[in-house]
Amino acid sequence: MYPDEPAKGESMAANDDVLRMPREQIEELQLERLKKTVVDCYENVPFYKELFDEAGFNPYDVKTLDDIQKAPFTTKQDLRDNYPFGLFAKPLSEVKEIHMSSGTMGVATVGGYTQRDLETWGECFARGIKFANGTPEDICHICYGYGLFTGGLGAHYGSIAAGCMTLPMSAGNTKRQINVMRTMGSTILCCTPSYAMHLADTAIEMGIDPAEEFSLRAGIHGAEPFSDNFRAELEKKLNYRVLDIYGLTETMGPGVAIECWEQDGLHLAEDYFLAEIIDPETGKVLPDGEWGELVLTTLCREASPVVRYRTRDITCIKTGECKCGRTHRRIARLHGRTDDMLIIRGVNVFPSQIENVMETFPEVASWYQIELDTIGSLDTVTLKLEVNPDFTFDEISAIERLQKKISTRLQEALQVGIKVQLVEPKSIPRSEGKAKRVIDLRTYKNMS
Amino acid sequence: MINQITVFLENKGGRLASLCRSLADAGVNMEALTIADTADYGIARIVCDKPEEALKALEEAGYRAKITKVVGVELPNRPGSLAELLEFVDEKNLNVEYGYCFSNATDTATQVMKLRDIENAAVMLKAAGFDVI
Repeated sequence: MYPDEPAKGESMAANDDVLRMPREQIEELQLERLKKTVVDCYENVPFYKELFDEAGFNPYDVKTLDDIQKAPFTTKQDLRDNYPFGLFAKPLSEVKEIHMSSGTMGVATVGGYTQRDLETWGECFARGIKFANGTPEDICHICYGYGLFTGGLGAHYGSIAAGCMTLPMSAGNTKRQINVMRTMGSTILCCTPSYAMHLADTAIEMGIDPAEEFSLRAGIHGAEPFSDNFRAELEKKLNYRVLDIYGLTETMGPGVAIECWEQDGLHLAEDYFLAEIIDPETGKVLPDGEWGELVLTTLCREASPVVRYRTRDITCIKTGECKCGRTHRRIARLHGRTDDMLIIRGVNVFPSQIENVMETFPEVASWYQIELDTIGSLDTVTLKLEVNPDFTFDEISAIERLQKKISTRLQEALQVGIKVQLVEPKSIPRSEGKAKRVIDLRTYKNMS
Repeated sequence: MINQITVFLENKGGRLASLCRSLADAGVNMEALTIADTADYGIARIVCDKPEEALKALEEAGYRAKITKVVGVELPNRPGSLAELLEFVDEKNLNVEYGYCFSNATDTATQVMKLRDIENAAVMLKAAGFDVI
């Protein structure tokens, strides 16, 4: 049911040899880079000096890769506390680009990139294009959002590094995306899986059979989890192969791990990241094959290095070798999170961000519920709020004005469209223990 | 001036029936009930004989209810009487938020209107000879 594997390309920026290095050599390279990273953090970032000293971790005494386990963890809160530039290991004059995870000013996390960091990023993402056997003959159609979100520009640098013709479409304007895809013959599609499905469905609605009329060979889809069934449906509708890509702003962006053509786990860019899986309760490192929280240490990051960053993403390191012959270890496709973060159309949203916005509106009570659903293939979010007794709800226009005002404020704060619905008092169920704030009815979230 | 009861209702089965039951149990007799509906919620507007009791009963039953002052104009039962009233309202630039009509007698009907600057509007309507209640 998959299209045949295309012929191997000749000219590629992404270096495939490094992905086939013997394990001992990879680990040697990792150790050498790890030693540099922890010393660099200790000497150039006051936060890490304090953190290491407090934990009694001596960065000059790293002898093996396992010695990283003596180092303390870094959390998202640490990154927030040091907003905006507190964790940079380079002077600002060397930082060429900034990306930010979504969030209000108070909760955003910032990543800085030197010129070399941008090149590393491009190379990591280009590996995904390499995994799809991409060549300069390919047309890479990017409809991740461009901007502070890492999706758009990460894919862009990857496509440029891979030598592809790059279409910086950004998100939205679906009909134009479809027309460009059809008339230019885009071969590799980079976007969220839900947007890929939306493109396919919209094309079908327009009377276009995307399986026939598009020239897609591969899709590199990530930024949100998707089930195997969802993948199968995408591949059928668009007649291409879907490769899952993983990444996060805190360590770089998309490209930390990417699936190869075998679709059997995501190869970590082990020359750039050291991955551990821990028990999220105890912090203890788990053996390969066991599920736990992914912890990442950057190995070459210049501007924003992180040591033992707790991603909160749940996965495992797959045992055994990949059929493709590449030696970089693989993580399993992501299976949820250890915190309450929601991923809505690729954007990270914490319920606390919604609470912060609600607090600024005296018209509504503090009870709320977030309902996530899919309409077609796109996530929809409805925020149900109870109105306060003193709110004048006699006129529909007044209710609608308030809903619109809250919705606009949420859009500004979260960068994602949320429908606001005022509901009757006491209609949101009060639970005995932890409030059930989030109802997730999204179909593709049901991981197999 | 009429003390209308306004109730915020979710668009959910049985909400209106249970609202009416609450009013009935409190011995409230409704003269008019109208519903402004949207996809997600509705607003029920009620004219009744005992608005204070009605409000109390609804609040106790957990409804978000309020008393809203509206103008009622009694109109003769003949073609054109409502048109004349609305033409006057328009002429005087009285801002109507919403309105509805009900009739419990054979020779008159009552037009209810939510107007901006309601006190002043009532005075103007009376001065023009309308039968304001």
